[in-house]
Amino acid sequence: MTIETLNEPTSRIVNVAGLDINIRESGEGKPLVILHRSTGYLEWDSFANKLSESFHVIYPDLPGFGNSERPDWARESRDLSIVMVELFKVLDIKDITLVGLGLGGFIAAELATMNQERLSNIVLISPAGIKPDEGEILDQMLIEHADYIRHGLADPSHFENKFGDEVHPDIQDIWEFSRIMTARISWSPYMFNRRLPHLLNIITVPTLIIFGNSDTVIPYTVGQQFINNLSNGQLKVIDGGGHLIEWEMPDKISELIVGHSS
Amino acid sequence: MLIGRFTERPYQDPSSGYFGATGRSIQDLSISNGEYDPRLGSELYNRYLDEQVAAEEAGFDAIMLNEHHSTPFCMGGTVNTEAAILARITDKVKIVINGNVLPIWDDPLWLAEELATIDMISKGRLVTGWVRGTGRESVAHNAPPPFNWERFQEAHDFIIKAWTTPGPFRWEGEHYDFRYVNPWMRPYQNPHPQIMIPGVVSKNTVKWSAEHRYPYLMLATRLEPTKASFDYYREVAHESGYEAGPQHLGYLFKVHVDETEELAYETGKKFLDGPGNIFLEGSRGTASPVLQNLPGLTDRKNLLPTGEVGFVAASRGRSAADVARDNNSEKPDSRNVRAAQTQATLADYDTQLENYTIISGTPKTVIPKIRHVLETLRPGTIFFWDGDGAMTHDDSMRSLRLMGSDVIPAVKEMAKELDLPGSFEIDTQTNEPYNSTPAIAEVAGGGA
Repeated sequence: MTIETLNEPTSRIVNVAGLDINIRESGEGKPLVILHRSTGYLEWDSFANKLSESFHVIYPDLPGFGNSERPDWARESRDLSIVMVELFKVLDIKDITLVGLGLGGFIAAELATMNQERLSNIVLISPAGIKPDEGEILDQMLIEHADYIRHGLADPSHFENKFGDEVHPDIQDIWEFSRIMTARISWSPYMFNRRLPHLLNIITVPTLIIFGNSDTVIPYTVGQQFINNLSNGQLKVIDGGGHLIEWEMPDKISELIVGHSS
Repeated sequence: MLIGRFTERPYQDPSSGYFGATGRSIQDLSISNGEYDPRLGSELYNRYLDEQVAAEEAGFDAIMLNEHHSTPFCMGGTVNTEAAILARITDKVKIVINGNVLPIWDDPLWLAEELATIDMISKGRLVTGWVRGTGRESVAHNAPPPFNWERFQEAHDFIIKAWTTPGPFRWEGEHYDFRYVNPWMRPYQNPHPQIMIPGVVSKNTVKWSAEHRYPYLMLATRLEPTKASFDYYREVAHESGYEAGPQHLGYLFKVHVDETEELAYETGKKFLDGPGNIFLEGSRGTASPVLQNLPGLTDRKNLLPTGEVGFVAASRGRSAADVARDNNSEKPDSRNVRAAQTQATLADYDTQLENYTIISGTPKTVIPKIRHVLETLRPGTIFFWDGDGAMTHDDSMRSLRLMGSDVIPAVKEMAKELDLPGSFEIDTQTNEPYNSTPAIAEVAGGGA
């Protein structure tokens, strides 16, 4: 077994739409922007690291998460999408591969319906954003957050492998803090926008949707709902994959992204 | 002094298995209403209304109702309906709603209309209390927790304006928009019913109450931390340019009176049985840490001394370790919100009798204990919390009779001797005595 060499990112604050936004960067090549999950950015993990071997990875804290300033005025995911569109302008990046995870996938989809000029590819990984035709999105507000994370894993032992027997208070702080912004923009309706499906056909940029068919947070059939509305979409269902699929299968998911964007 | 009576109106179902003996969990929001029996509900609503009428007949100055949602410990989900009925079937008691949960109203104009209607039907006897609610209330009516405190304040400002400013006017705030505010009803009292703010742990709420000169009512908290919290009210009052007196302070505590000491001891135990309020000391139910830690609902670092008492902290979702950690932490408040893992350590019945959390006895033994409470806290408003838990109608009625014959007259004398004026004797806004009773609209020339 080889030990992975981490390309530790550098961080900086950029001012976007009057907000201080924290971004991390690592790697060289075409830009790839990752929008994190509702749990917030936890660490430079194997998934981000693998992508940084092929791309100039930019991994921001979404507004109101992590070290990015909270927009008190924001009330829905779309508000964060607008700020992200502006971030791309401020960074002056083009031909972006936009990767959205969970809530970040929701925000990425909203973003692309508004302005896709700087995007060359989109990859949405177990994205929220559409009300499931079948089943429901698991409500993180009514369960312990550690249990919510466990629900995201196809293999429960991965939780202990990552966090040990007791989750470090710093991680709990990030989760608790992230939940506040998640609630501010997605308390109701929870994790979807009824208007989004009607606008997805605007997106012409090639869009890859990835779901694991063992996802117990968002029914994986939502992937097909995205495809039914996108004009240039492709669905990849991973057998046995859970919700936090990029965490459990970093090699496979990063390879799919590299393949989709080349 | 204003002396009132309170019960949570528990949904008492002896066949449910919620009662302590079976050990069945009544953790928050864990019971399906598929088990709710409307016929039993009907009996209980009518019983509690009858007991409120009996409380008026016994000589109480006020009857107090509260509001919770989706829980068996309190049947007051539509408390304004109960208040409206009481407005018609009672004659002289103040009807105190402590309190409507402001942030869960998406349409606070509707609340302003209901309360004004109750005030008119009661001919000016409504006292309106407003609260932020617990996590249960936010979930049950799907109100966004991060905006709870902002919505509370805006709904308050809006209702006051709707009551006091001739319409029509437009309201465009941060959380509420109304294009036409002109309710065809106005409160009977001028300018509006007295506002009382109940609370347990939030320092923000005490500060806000003191800044608005509203009477602040502490709900069944222990004596020493309650006293410290009242000191905080006085401190804020002083900073705001006035001195807070007994008229600004209220206290709710459990008092049961019975015919013999033995009967009182046994009946008092029933406070701890049945589906009692999980937030208050002695309850056998448990709060859900998840519900109490809804994102952004409360500022857990900004707590009153009452919030540091173990069971309150635990029922609010904080462990003793959290309390210690928060107190030593230099991190921003929002980073300190954390689910507690520990359960409340509940004081047993005898301990509660010793520390005045429960007072139960004959008038002879109860009256000196009430005196101790009044001397310690110096409130101008008190509510006796009785007829709760697993207490029966007979239990309630025995206590009400003895309250009327012995306890209330003695406490009224005591209040005079200790100089404890209530909020209907001294105007909390001006600290001046009322000439008679607070103004009502017709006296003040209603069209003003």
